[in-house]
Amino acid sequence: MYLADSRSTGSRGTEAAVVPDTRPGRRPAAVPPTVLALGAVSLITDVSSEMVAAVLPLYVVTALGLSPLGFGLLDGINNGVGALVRLAGGHLADRGGRRHKVVAGLGYGLSAVCKPLLLLAHTLPVISAVLAVDRTGKGLRTAPRDAMISLSTEPEHRGRAFGVHRAMDTTGALLGPLVAFAVLRATVDGYDAVFAVSGCVAALGVLVLLLFVPRRVTLADADADAERRPERPPALRDSLALLRRPDLRRLTVCATLLGLTTVSDSFLYLLLQREGNLPAHLFPLLPLGTAAVFLLLAVPLGALADRVDRRRLFLAGHGVLLLGYGVVLSPRHGVPAVIAVLVLHGTFYAATDGVLAAATAGTVPARHQGAGQALVGTAQALARFACSLAFGAAWSLWGERTALAVTAAALAVSAVVASFLLRTADEVSA
Amino acid sequence: MTRTARLSILLAAVLLLGAVGTGSVLYAAHRSGMKDQQQANGPTVRAGTVSLRPTAGRRLLVRNLAWGPHRDEIATVPADDPEGPRTASGVKCLRFHAAAGTGVCLQAVHGALQDTYRAVVLDAHLRERHRFPAAGIPTRARVSPSGRMVAWTVFVSGDSYAGTNFSTRTAVVDTRTWAIDDNLETFHIVKDGRTYRAADTNVWGVTFADDNRFYATLATGGRTYLVRGDVTARTLTTLHRNVECPSLSPDGTRVAYKKRVKGASPDAPWRLYVLNLHTMKETPTAESRDIDDQALWADDDTLVYALPGDYGSDLWTVPADGTGTARRLMTSAVAPAYLG
Repeated sequence: MYLADSRSTGSRGTEAAVVPDTRPGRRPAAVPPTVLALGAVSLITDVSSEMVAAVLPLYVVTALGLSPLGFGLLDGINNGVGALVRLAGGHLADRGGRRHKVVAGLGYGLSAVCKPLLLLAHTLPVISAVLAVDRTGKGLRTAPRDAMISLSTEPEHRGRAFGVHRAMDTTGALLGPLVAFAVLRATVDGYDAVFAVSGCVAALGVLVLLLFVPRRVTLADADADAERRPERPPALRDSLALLRRPDLRRLTVCATLLGLTTVSDSFLYLLLQREGNLPAHLFPLLPLGTAAVFLLLAVPLGALADRVDRRRLFLAGHGVLLLGYGVVLSPRHGVPAVIAVLVLHGTFYAATDGVLAAATAGTVPARHQGAGQALVGTAQALARFACSLAFGAAWSLWGERTALAVTAAALAVSAVVASFLLRTADEVSA
Repeated sequence: MTRTARLSILLAAVLLLGAVGTGSVLYAAHRSGMKDQQQANGPTVRAGTVSLRPTAGRRLLVRNLAWGPHRDEIATVPADDPEGPRTASGVKCLRFHAAAGTGVCLQAVHGALQDTYRAVVLDAHLRERHRFPAAGIPTRARVSPSGRMVAWTVFVSGDSYAGTNFSTRTAVVDTRTWAIDDNLETFHIVKDGRTYRAADTNVWGVTFADDNRFYATLATGGRTYLVRGDVTARTLTTLHRNVECPSLSPDGTRVAYKKRVKGASPDAPWRLYVLNLHTMKETPTAESRDIDDQALWADDDTLVYALPGDYGSDLWTVPADGTGTARRLMTSAVAPAYLG
C-alpha cells in the first residue's frame, strides 16, 4: 500500500488504517461531509462560471457589436500566470497551520466578484482583464481545495472522494448554460440579468464554503505529524524540496510526459468534426458529450482506483485516450465513431482527473498537501499547454492526420515510460 | 457555530440572493417589455411591404433597432431621406445584406437549451428560398452585385471553462446550384507568393467583385491580411497586411477596411481606411473613432458604417477620400444595404 508513504518518516505504518472517522459500526464507505461540502461549492461555482462562459460570446457579438477575436490575445499570458498562481495557492495554503480554507475562500471570492464586474465592462480589454482575474481566482483555489479533499478523506477512499467531487463539479458545468439560457429567454437578451444571477450564485458558493467546510481539515495521522515536529510553516524551499520525494517526482514526471501528449479538448473536437464530417452546427454538442460521460463515470472509476491502484488506472485512462485517437484516425466516419470518441474521451477524464489528485495525495505528507497538489497539477497543465502549441505547429506543418498520428505515437511511448516509472514506485512503497 | 445557526444563515442568504437574482431578472424582463413600446422621439416605423426589386427611387435597407413592435425587422427608407419613416418587413435578422433581388438574412433560432443560427437566402419578396444551418453567432453577410453569390461569417467559440479562443467560419453559396463552401479555410492559401498552411487560419468578411472573385480577411500567426479569393479555383491570395473586414467600392478600384493602428488605445484599435488596389496606397478617412464593422459603399465616394448608439447602434457616413467629416446618417439601425 503506497499510502504508507505519506508517513514514511515515522515507523507507524501499521496505523495507516486507523483513521478518526472509521469508528466501529460506521460504514467506512461514506464520503466525508467535507468532501460533499466542497463538491457543493464546486457545483454552485461552476453553475455560476459556466453561465457566463455560455453567453459571453453572444453578449460580445450581438449586444456589444464587437468581434471577440481579441479575447485570444491574453490566453497565453493567462496560462502562464494561472500556473504560477496555482503554485502560490498551494504553498500559501500549507503555511501557518494549514490555511487551505482561507486561500480557497479567497480564490472563490475573487471569481465571485468578477461576475458583477462584467455588468460594468463594455470593451474587450476590460472584459479580458475581468476574465484574467476570474482565472486567477480559479488558480488560487484549485490546490487548497484538492488538499482539503485529500486531508478529510481516509487514504483508501480518496479515489472515490475525488470522483464524487469531480462529478458534482461537472454537474454544475452542465447546469450553468441551461440556467443562463433560461434567464436569457425570460428577459429577452437580458445579459445583465445573466451576470447578476451568476454573481448571486457565486456568492452562494462562497457562503457554503465559509459555513460548511471546517476551518481545519485534518486526520489523526496529520495531527500526529504536526505534533512530532514544531509548528513551523513550510517555507517555499520546503515546497520545492517536495520534488526530492521519489514518489512525487515520478508522478510529476509521468503527469508531465502524458500531459505533453494529450491533445487539448478544442483541437480534439475540431479534429473529430473535420475527420467525422460532422455538420458544423453540432460542434457545440461535442464538449457536452464528454462532460456527460465524465459525470457518469467519475464516481465508479474513482472507487475502482481505490481498489486497483490509482496510478495504474491513471495509466489505463491514457490508454483509453490512445484508443480515442485511434478511432479518430481510423477510416470509420460518421455518428457512431464520433459517439465512440466522446465516450472514450469522457472515460479518459473520469479515469485520470480526480484519480491523479488522489494518487498525488498519497505521495506527500499532510502538511504539504497543498503544495504537492499544486506541483503535479501545474506540471500537467503546463505540459498540456505546451502540447497545444506543438500540436498547432505540427498541424500547420504536416496536416491534421499526421499531427494526431505523431501525437498518438508519442502518447504510446510516454505511457510505456510512465508504466515503468510508476512500477518502480510501486515496489519502493510496497 | 451550531448546525442550526449555519443552516439559518444559509437559508437567509438563499432568500436574499434569490431575491436579488429574481429582481434582476424581473427588471430585465420589464425592460424588454418596454422595448416593445415605440419611443416618443424615435423614428416612425410602420409595417408594410418590402421588396428587393428595383423601384422608382433608391432605397436603403437596414435592420431596424428602434424600440417598438418592429424592432430587429428589416426595414426600408428612401435613400435620400434616411431619417424618414421606416417601412418594416416583418422579417427579423441579426445581419442582412441584399443585391439585385437576392437577400441573405442571418437569424437566431431560440432553442430550449441554447440558441442555434441559420442563414436564410431570400427572394425579392423576402420569402425563403433556401436555408443553411450556421455554426455560430452571425457577424458579416454579403451578396454579390448580380445577386447570384451569397457569403456570411459566424463566430465559433470553444466551450471550455472561460474559453477565450474564438474563431470565425465563412461560407459561400451559389444560389443557382445551392452548392456551398461552408469553410473558406479549406481553400488553397498563397501567402506572399508561396503555398501556406496553418491550423490557426481564420477567414472573414467576404466582399464580392463578381460571381467568382471576392476579397476577404485572412488571419494567421497573429496578423491579418487582405486576400483575393477565387470561388472556382478555390484559392485565397494575400495582397496586403493589416486589413480587416474589406468592402469593395462599386467601381472595383478601392477597398474600405478596418486597420489596426499603432498608438491607438487597445480599447479601440481600428480606424476606417481606404486602400487603392492599383497603387496599394492607404488613405485614412476623416472618421477618427474606433470602427468594428464592415463598411458599405453608398456610392463610389461615400462610406456607411455602424457605431454604438443609444439603441444598439447608429449608421454614420464619411467621404472615402479622407476629406470632410463623419456625419450621422440614421439612428437605431445596423446592417445597411442599398437597392437601386
